[in-house]
Formats: sequence, structure tokens, C-alpha cells
Amino acid sequence: MNILYDERLDGALPRRDRQEVLAELSRVAPDLTLLHREEDLRPFECDGLSAYRVLPMLVALPERLDQVEALLKQCRALGVPVVTRGAGTGLSGGALPLEQGVLLVMSRFNRILDIDADARVARVQPGVRNLAISEAASPFGLYYAPDPSSQIACSIGGNVAENAGGVHCLKYGLTVHNVLKLEVMTIEGERMTIGSEALDSPGFDLLALMMGSEGMLGVVTEITVKLLPKPETAKVLMASFDDVEKAGAAVGDIIAAGIIPGGLEMMDNLAIRAAEDFIRAGYPVDAEAILLCELDGVEADVDDDIETVRGVLAKAGASDVQLARDETERAKFWAGRKNAFPAVGRMSPDYYCMDGTIPRRELPRVLMGISDLSQQYGLKVANVFHAGDGNMHPLILFDANREGELATAEALGGKILELCVEAGGSITGEHGVGREKINQMCAQFDSLEISTFHAVKAAFDPDGLLNPGKNIPTLARCAEFGAMHVHNNELPHPELPRF
Amino acid sequence: MSNNDVFCSAADSLPALSEAVAAASSAHPIRIEGGGTKSFYGRPVEGTPVSTREHRGITSYDPVELIVSVRAGTPIAELEDALADQGQMLPFEPPHFGSNATVGGTIATGLSGPRRPWAGSVRDFVLGLRVLDHQGREQRFGGEVMKNVAGYDLSRLMVGAQGTLGLITEVTLKVLPKATASASLRLEMSQQDALQRLAEWGRKPLPLSAAAWHAGALHVRLEGGESSVKATASMIGGDTLEPGFWSELKELSLPFFAASDAPLWRISLPTNSAMLKLDGVAPDTLLLDWGGNQRWLKGAVDAHELRAVVQRAGGHASCFTPGAAEPFTPLSPVVAKYHEQVKRQLDPDAIFNPRRLYPDW
Ligand SMILES: Cc1cc2nc3c(=O)[nH]c(=O)nc-3n(C[C@H](O)[C@H](O)[C@H](O)COP(=O)(O)OP(=O)(O)OC[C@H]3O[C@@H](n4cnc5c(N)ncnc54)[C@H](O)[C@@H]3O)c2cc1C
Ligand SMILES: Cc1cc2nc3c(=O)[nH]c(=O)nc-3n(C[C@H](O)[C@H](O)[C@H](O)COP(=O)(O)OP(=O)(O)OC[C@H]3O[C@@H](n4cnc5c(N)ncnc54)[C@H](O)[C@@H]3O)c2cc1C
Repeated sequence: MNILYDERLDGALPRRDRQEVLAELSRVAPDLTLLHREEDLRPFECDGLSAYRVLPMLVALPERLDQVEALLKQCRALGVPVVTRGAGTGLSGGALPLEQGVLLVMSRFNRILDIDADARVARVQPGVRNLAISEAASPFGLYYAPDPSSQIACSIGGNVAENAGGVHCLKYGLTVHNVLKLEVMTIEGERMTIGSEALDSPGFDLLALMMGSEGMLGVVTEITVKLLPKPETAKVLMASFDDVEKAGAAVGDIIAAGIIPGGLEMMDNLAIRAAEDFIRAGYPVDAEAILLCELDGVEADVDDDIETVRGVLAKAGASDVQLARDETERAKFWAGRKNAFPAVGRMSPDYYCMDGTIPRRELPRVLMGISDLSQQYGLKVANVFHAGDGNMHPLILFDANREGELATAEALGGKILELCVEAGGSITGEHGVGREKINQMCAQFDSLEISTFHAVKAAFDPDGLLNPGKNIPTLARCAEFGAMHVHNNELPHPELPRF
Repeated sequence: MSNNDVFCSAADSLPALSEAVAAASSAHPIRIEGGGTKSFYGRPVEGTPVSTREHRGITSYDPVELIVSVRAGTPIAELEDALADQGQMLPFEPPHFGSNATVGGTIATGLSGPRRPWAGSVRDFVLGLRVLDHQGREQRFGGEVMKNVAGYDLSRLMVGAQGTLGLITEVTLKVLPKATASASLRLEMSQQDALQRLAEWGRKPLPLSAAAWHAGALHVRLEGGESSVKATASMIGGDTLEPGFWSELKELSLPFFAASDAPLWRISLPTNSAMLKLDGVAPDTLLLDWGGNQRWLKGAVDAHELRAVVQRAGGHASCFTPGAAEPFTPLSPVVAKYHEQVKRQLDPDAIFNPRRLYPDW
């Protein structure tokens, strides 16, 4: 199904002449870098969801706030949509450009403004890479907890806009739990401080509302994050299973034993082989599944917990349990996991990463359901995911050069997400809705709830100029998507491009 | 209390609540009531009282999922008992202010107890909720899973909104296992020394779960595994403290809070803020909770002067004594504008707790 902006369903977009907009923006912001030649625009045509590409009308690369302000005010005056982009690693097409829109790239705002070790906060610009914050905090014995696997590349502004998670979020939370304060610029060019360095602020929790709002409510221009003291020690156990369901059940058993691991990740055989082939992490390639269970904290507690978890894993039927001998082996175990996406990418010309969440107890059933769907659609699926918080990342392997295979992969992905919703879960745990899951939103929310989302959008951006078409579907789109469902419970002719 | 008892006391009054909301209008707004224990908080509301108390009970609780869903009128104590039966807890330690306090009131006021700086606040543990909109229709936001970023985070927006955006009917919360070991200690020291000690400790991975300075002593609670709690306790030193201190602190029932009729102010400050210098207030008369992030002041101070000092330090101050003209720190013009626009969008006829938070809406 083609998910590109469709004016028939997503609403009409204003049509402005590129040269006119270029001239207007240059006039109000004379030293703003603006790209307009096709070859300059090309690198910005997609984010991490690279199956979809659109050349923006213009790309703006501001370096100062007054430039962002001038750009937003002028775009608003002209009625030109603005799509904000961080590092472009998003997997849901959130930063996918619009032909009739300006792409506002925040990557030049890349300075760490201040680290206050005693207050345990860092104040940074939105283009700063996630990992760079922890690196800068490291000399003080501190770090920034959320660690998406893309952390060497993704920007903190993009993390805020997606409410990004990572392998440690069961214990340390998502972006929303680790950000204290934002500076946001509204579509009207107003500067707004949201949250504070104190632990709460008067009024509504607009800070929470901004998290994960996918560039739809404002442009994030500065972020104050919480830093945590590095744990005294972190140890990781790798458990092998000859059965995926047993591994799934072991996840619940660990939690039931009263333990909250720093990380609790699972990989199935296909993912294990891919990672081993790529990274040589020391994974057992014959296992049907492995669990990586990291315990961190004070040395003595961690040692106690390791013993408890060992016992739980043995009882759950693990065929082998290995404790990483030292820091090098621990890093290797994690490198396999953190590189699992690119590793799977080496096995197949293309892969499509899903992001559904489910209650943990449904893990065994949903894994079986995915395996059935995989056979039904004739495409392999590798599973690698945040098992501790029930956040699945099925990776669908396909070849976009083969006629119809992208459409089949998407149809299969859609089915997997619907399976998650049916199991009581959500269509997205951390990658966001963007453009990719715009139709599945109609499966998770009813029209009343969708209308409430639009009302929130209208409170910040009544003309709908910030990132139009993303995150929240129009009711017209849901009507069309729903109608197709009612017809057949299965999309007719998944091989045909839609709309 | 066992799970069964909780389910027995369940009652569903959704239709009646919906009707009450649907019947409201700008001329006849409603005043949402939970246990009524915190009605003193915030500005007085004129409106038809709508009580959530008959909409109660735990609707689902699976300890292995670390997730509980509960109707808004459920007494918070009942929920905490059900969790305790399974060795679990609400990590944000909500104050009760009386045995009637409801889950809905806790969510709506967004107040958290002593563990807050280390464990997180109410909103950090809200995974999803159901809310009656301005026409009395139930809508669901967030979910019943640990992670969910579909749509805007309206569940957390409702936390602390004090019922001005909708009537919460049910909420899904993340819960955590109770720590296996705990120790409470009292160390005599000046406020200045306590603040310095807290800054040092804050940079180390210690199992702290509460820290309050009051009347010449720093009170500390450690929670974690047996080994680390024991090791940290012997490193920190001090005298053993009755753990009851923490619940008296949380419920604002320490003698400090009743010492005079003067107004009670809650001051919220950044981590590692210095001692507050206020005209006519001896710094030692403040009670510091949350490792210094939350400070209580009892005294007849000028609201504007207090707020000026606190805002310069990066914080805000609310008055916890009824009758204050402005219980909450006024919002900056831009922030106020977007508050009003959110309110108008979600509650166009202004039926929910009008002017509870601010005089204009
Ligand atoms: C290999 C790989 C692994 C990944 N692993 C994880 C993972 O473990 N966990 C996880 O959560 N995600 C993961 N991701 C997804 C992605 O990295 C995150 O969503 C990340 O937060 C996106 O950041 P970005 O800077 O690349 O944002 P972009 O892709 O540029 O933008 C993402 C969204 O944010 C908006 N945006 C960006 N900057 C701003 C701003 N300053 N103000 C307002 N809106 C803005 C955009 O409009 C867009 O909607 C992974 C991606 C890849 C490619
Ligand atoms: C001395 C003392 C001082 C206190 N001071 C404060 C204080 O200043 N601020 C404070 O918040 N708490 C304060 N409390 C604690 C307060 O009583 C608790 O927050 C309690 O959890 C409120 O629960 P309730 O059911 O009694 O709420 P209520 O008092 O009934 O309601 C509190 C607020 O929440 C709204 N509300 C209740 N239920 C819902 C619902 N289902 N949906 C939407 N809105 C709803 C109400 O309209 C009201 O605005 C204090 C307690 C004590 C003992």
C-alpha cells in the first residue's frame, strides 16, 4: 500500500512556486542556508524508512534560532508546510518530506551547551547525537539513560519527537522519563519554555504532550535532560533456548521473581545467525532463541540477582546460561544485539522493521502468530526485541526489486500490527506512527479518539502546517481504510499500489 | 485485603457519570469529586458535584505484567493493599490525605511522595487512561502495555490537570516490586551540609529512595538489595529512624505542618539548589523533601516576593492552604496562551472544574 501523501485523503496542500518561496525565505533570513537544486535535495528525500522517497521543495539548514523563527513565520504567512528533520534515522517516515513543503533540518544545532554534574543535568541543542550526551557526561561518572540502537546517529531532538526508547527502558524509562525541560518554537515563531529543571511545573504537563509528538506541535530547539550516575557494575547473562515459546515464558518468570533487569532482550534463530555472522558476538547459532538479561547496580546486589536469575532460567528450561566473563565479552554480547538490524540487512536486499507492543504474557502466542503469517505471505521474519517491555521488532525480509514484494511485506507488517492490537497492545512502542503506520492508527483508535488528537493539534497548529499527514490519520483516511477491512478482513490484492 | 475483596467492592457507574457530564453546560458546569480530600487544593470550583466514588474496583491486575488497571473511584488505599498482597507497590508513593482519597484524585492532582526523585512521579507510571470527554463519551488513550507511542500522550496530559480537561474513569498504571531491603537513618547536620552531602551522593549509584532535611537532621531512606542497603547504611552512618517518618512526611502530618496557622507553601526547585534566602524567613524553618527538590515553607510570606525568589532559582511555588488568591504560579504569556487553547479544544463549553487552576479558565 502506497503511504505517500494523498491529497484526496489527507487534505489539500497549498501549491507555491519554489522560486517564490526561496526568494521570500532568503529575504527574511538572508544568511540561512537553503538548498533548492535537485542534487542537493536528494540526500534528504527519505529517513530510515527508505522505501519511500519524496524530494522536498526546499531544504533549510539553520544554525541560529532567529533563522528558525524567521523561517516559521514566513512559511506560516505563505501557508507552506514545514517538516522538521533531525538525523533522519526515524523508521516510520516521520521526517519524510513533502513536495510542497520545506524540510527544516536541525542537524547544525549540534552543541552541548552545559553539563552540570552536581545538578545531574545536561542542556543540549536538538541536533546533538544521543550517544554524544553520555560521552560528554562520562568524565563526571554520569550518563543519559535512553539508548536507542541508533544512538551513534540519531539526534536528541528526534528522540524527543519520537519518545525514543532503548534496551534499558524497562528499568530507566523512555525519553519522556528522562527529559526535564524543552525550548520549543511554535509555528507562529514564539519561543516557549516547557517544563523546568525542577521536577514539576505549574499547569498542564505539556512536556509529556510534546514527547512523541513527531514534529506536529512545534520545533524543539533545546533540551535539558536528566543524567544518572553510572551503575557501579553491569553484568549480562545469555540464556539459550531450544524453543521460542520457552524463552518467551522465561521473560515473565524473571519479572515474577521480583527482578527488574537493566535490559531484557530476545532474539530468535534467524536474528541470532545474522548477528553472529556479522559481529561474531559469540551467540549459539543452533539455539532457537536467546535471552540477554543485564543486571546493573551495586556489585553485591547484582551478584545476588545473577544467582536468582540463573535459577529462574534453569527452571524455565534454558539449555545453556552464560555469564559474560568480563567487560569485553559483555560489550560483545550487546554489540550483536545492537547491530541486529544491519546484520539482518546483510541477509536480505531489504528489510522492514515493525514496532508493535504486546502484554508480555502474549509473547508466546504472538510469536506463533507471526510465524504463521510469515508462512502465509511467503516472507521470512526475524525477531529481535525488547522482551522485557513487550516491544516486538519483527524484521520482514524482502527484495524491493521483485515485483510486488514491498507491497506483500507491508501487508504482512500490517497484519502483524493488527495482531498486536488484538492481543491488547499497540502499533508502535518507540518508532512512532509517522507516515508508515498512519492506516493502522485507525485500527487502534476510534473516530472519536482520532478527533480528539486533531483537537490537540489544532490547539498548537490550527492551520496544520507542521508535518501535515503524519502521526494522526484524517477521518476520511480511516473511513477508506476501515471500509477495505470490513469488506474482506484482508486487503484485496495486496500486490496493487493503493490510492 | 485479597484480590477477591477488591473485586467484590467493584461498582460500575459509568452510565450515570456519562449522563452527568452530558447534562452539563457552560451555565451549569460540573465539579468533579473523588474522595474530596484534596478539594482544598487549587481554586474553589462552582459547579454541580459529580462523584466518582461509585465507579470503583480493579478491572485487571496481572503482577507478572507489572500493570494494573483501576477505576477512578477506587480508594487509593484499596489499590495499594491489593498490590502489597503481591509484593508490589505504586513507586510514586502517593499521599492519601485521608482514607477516602481516590485513584482519580491522585491522578488528577499528580502528587507524589518522598520516593519521587529516584523512582519517578505519578505521570511517569501512567500508561493509559479512559476519560469522559465534554459530551460524556468515554475515550481511551495510551494503552495497557509498557510502551506505546501511538498518537499524542493524552494520558499524561490529564495527570495534574485537576479535572479541567475531562473526567478520568479508569487508569492503567505501571507498578514495581517492593525492594527486598530498606533502612531509614537520621543524621544530625545543618541544612547547608545536608545539601552538600546530597549533591555528593547524587553523583554516586547509591540505593537512595528518600531524603529529607528537617529540624537540624537529614533523614535518609535506602531501598534495594540486602547487600547494598547494608553496605550503604554503614557507610552513611547516623541513627536508626522509625520508617513511620516517611508516611507522616508524605501525608503532611509531621508536627511541622500543624505548628501554626500560617499558610503552607510547596516550593519546587531544581536539583542542587542552594538554601533559599527569603526576607523574614530563617532558612532553617523550611522542611526539605525530595533531596531538596521539594521544600515546604510555613509562614505568612508575600506570594509575589516568594515566587520572584523561587523563579529566579528555576522553580515555582504553590500554596497548599485554602483561600489563596493564586494557589499556583502564574504561567508565562506564551505558555498561558497554549493552555487556554488546549482547554478550549478539549472542553469547549468549559464544563470541567472551571477556574480550578487559573482565574481565566
Ligand atoms: C538501526 C536503527 C535502530 C534503531 N533503534 C531504535 C531503538 O532502539 N529505539 C528507538 O526508539 N528508536 C530506534 N530507531 C529509530 C530512530 O533512530 C529514532 O526514532 C530516533 O529518535 C530518530 O531520531 P532522528 O534524529 O533520526 O529523527 P528524524 O528521523 O530526523 O525525525 C524523526 C521525527 O522527529 C521529528 N523531529 C526531529 N527533530 C525534531 C525537532 N528538533 N523538533 C521537532 N520535531 C523533530 C521529525 O519531524 C520526525 O517526525 C532506530 C533506527 C535505526 C535506523
Ligand atoms: C494536609 C493535606 C494537604 C494536601 N494538600 C494537597 C494539595 O495541595 N494538593 C493536592 O493535590 N493534594 C493535596 N493533598 C492530597 C490529596 O488529598 C490527594 O492528592 C488525594 O489523592 C486526592 O484524592 P481525592 O480522591 O480525595 O481527590 P479530590 O479531593 O476529590 O479531588 C482532587 C482534585 O482532583 C479532581 N478529580 C478527582 N477525581 C477525578 C477524576 N476521576 N477525574 C478528573 N478529575 C478528578 C477533583 O476535581 C479535584 O480537582 C493534601 C492532603 C493533606 C492531608
